[in-house]
Amino acid sequence: MTTRRDFLRGCLASGAAAAAAVAPAPACARDTLQRPPEGLGLLYDATLCVGCQACVAACKRANENPAEFTAMDKLWDTPLDTSGHTFNLIKMYRNGTMETKDSELNGFSFMKTSCMHCADPSCVSACPVSAMQKDPETGVVGYDPDACIGCRYCVAACPFGIPKYQYDSPTGKIGKCELCRHRHKDGHYSACAEVCPTGATLFGRTEDLLAEAKRRLALKPGEWTTIPRGRLRHAQEKVLAGGEDGKGQKHRHGWRDEPDQSYQAQVGNYLQHVYGETEYGGTQVLKLSAVNFQKVGLPDLPPKSSAATSETIQHTLYGGLIMPIAVLAGLTWVARRNVVPEADEKKGDQS
Amino acid sequence: MSAHHPAAPVGGKLLNTATLVCGVLVAAMLAVLFVRFLFGLGAVTNLNDGYPWGIWVVVDVIIGSAFACGGFSVAMLVYIFNRGHYHPLVRPALLASLFGYTLAGVGVIFDLGRWWNFWHILWPGYANPNSVMLEVALCISAYITVMWIEFSPVFMEKLGLKVAKAKLEKVLFVFIALGTLLPMMHQSSLGTMLVVMGPQVNPLWQTPIVPLLYLLSAIVIGYGVVLFESCVAASAYRREIETHLLQPMAKIMLGVLAVFLAIRVGDLVVRGALGHALAPTLEAFFFWLEMGCFVAPFLIVATPGARRNPARLFLAGVAIMMGGILLRINGFLIGYDTGLGVDYGWNYFPSIAEMLVTIGMFAAEVLGYIVITRRFPVLPREEVAH
Repeated sequence: MTTRRDFLRGCLASGAAAAAAVAPAPACARDTLQRPPEGLGLLYDATLCVGCQACVAACKRANENPAEFTAMDKLWDTPLDTSGHTFNLIKMYRNGTMETKDSELNGFSFMKTSCMHCADPSCVSACPVSAMQKDPETGVVGYDPDACIGCRYCVAACPFGIPKYQYDSPTGKIGKCELCRHRHKDGHYSACAEVCPTGATLFGRTEDLLAEAKRRLALKPGEWTTIPRGRLRHAQEKVLAGGEDGKGQKHRHGWRDEPDQSYQAQVGNYLQHVYGETEYGGTQVLKLSAVNFQKVGLPDLPPKSSAATSETIQHTLYGGLIMPIAVLAGLTWVARRNVVPEADEKKGDQS
Repeated sequence: MSAHHPAAPVGGKLLNTATLVCGVLVAAMLAVLFVRFLFGLGAVTNLNDGYPWGIWVVVDVIIGSAFACGGFSVAMLVYIFNRGHYHPLVRPALLASLFGYTLAGVGVIFDLGRWWNFWHILWPGYANPNSVMLEVALCISAYITVMWIEFSPVFMEKLGLKVAKAKLEKVLFVFIALGTLLPMMHQSSLGTMLVVMGPQVNPLWQTPIVPLLYLLSAIVIGYGVVLFESCVAASAYRREIETHLLQPMAKIMLGVLAVFLAIRVGDLVVRGALGHALAPTLEAFFFWLEMGCFVAPFLIVATPGARRNPARLFLAGVAIMMGGILLRINGFLIGYDTGLGVDYGWNYFPSIAEMLVTIGMFAAEVLGYIVITRRFPVLPREEVAH
């Protein structure tokens, strides 16, 4: 028998479900995550980059990636964008006559494309099987092909378009920069920074890199300054290992010891913005440029990460499964009253 | 099952033009899939890193599962809102849902780049509870199981398992409650999947209330699909159309649709995103197309008289389904732009091979629906003409 009361009861149950879907629960709000204090990263300074692509070649070698051909003659590696087989690329901004470097009008500029190692990565939040993970200490966003199911949600989620899938293979993997974490145990750091001849790509702790970036922004364009190359040393860094006679590999904080490679260069005409300082809660790879960041291919991102928004919604609805269980209890109670076994119903109808 | 309309097999031959065409389409799909599994996704699809999800995800799974909400929408009407007289609609709607979801579940595997690891998504050791997709995957898997249980009395009836059927029916309310909760959960989460993509999704479709919009639209689509299926089944099997049920159901559908539209437009106004709809862009054009489809049923089946006209009911159902297709395609494809690349932008349009798989999936659904309704008691028994 259908009664108005039953109908209202149903309305109540589904109304509660709908309300549950919209009601904000501040207790579940998930703040944007911040960089780990010892997080590692890169500082890319577009004004120092000469576009030699040594970093692209070194990245290929370090990650054992094949060359990709886009030109008619398949003579050398010519990827047009990062891909499942190209984790690092220098792209070029061109305008008008292209006369002046680092000029937005009638000029050109370079921009490095590789993983930003976000403080709060969308790819890590998206991955259903924990194949994308952020190292709690180094902050490196790493990929585990043995866990990956190949759904490519990370590819769709990343605002920088970084994780890429190998569509040309029946057993394709996701390819992305992992900051050469497989070389860290031998004291090697990111290959791109290791080979960069101008120090345009610099490896180090993100906190140190951020300080270095701000130092450059504070200088006057055109004046001469010391530019470090390779790995940026922490001010209080000491030699940790290696023979006292000077033989054997010396290590500094686990990294191979290298001679000081810094040199004198002129300060670029920077925009007063360190890209990656605050975007999406900050990234561990930071960028300096003289040309508008959006024009060189970097998205305009708010300080709040979309992972935080997504997880806040998700945990508000499903935190501890409290909401689903409550709704299920209501639905079961209503359904129990309304579901009449067929045999009983026939009897009822006949009487 | 109402005594006035007990379900019965339709009967008739299984081999006919319709089943033959469906069979050929399914065979074409299997051929494409053979190449796909041998040589990889790139060999048959136009997928790329700017559009990592194509129609296999957006149409086969996201839209396919929304189309399979008929069972959920009608069961909710009958068992939760206690509108018992809609009962004859439950079994056919549930059957279509069963096929829709089961195939969506299978279809996911075609798209997975590392499909042999598929089981990881069900294995607690790999679970990432922060992932919206994990919730969707677990929930859809559970719902497929629940639906097979909900539908199993049909097979028990056919096989004469009276005791088992009676036992199951005593606890069926638990599965019916679960069968109402689970679609609410994953149909809303299918929309939430957009949120983590952030500014890559056009503000017309990127909103924190997207789960509510996807849930409400899935319910409306459920009723739209029932209108569509009832009309098609009546015409194909030359049966009387259940106008006396469809007329009031269409009215309920309009009610839910009105709520959906009010929230949809209200959200755009509150977020100040309406400006994007007035820009001369492809996205704006598709937005208005989507809105047009959702508004159309108010013009087509506004009056009780119009709702008794099978042609109008059919058209209203089609309009709702089109609106549902557009809402999802717009969010995940048209309004999605990874926006990067200094040298060139990304484009995606499905390849013929991709379309053959999507068409093959729907053909498999139709084929299964025909076979089961002809051999098992699903559709209401046809009464002798009064």
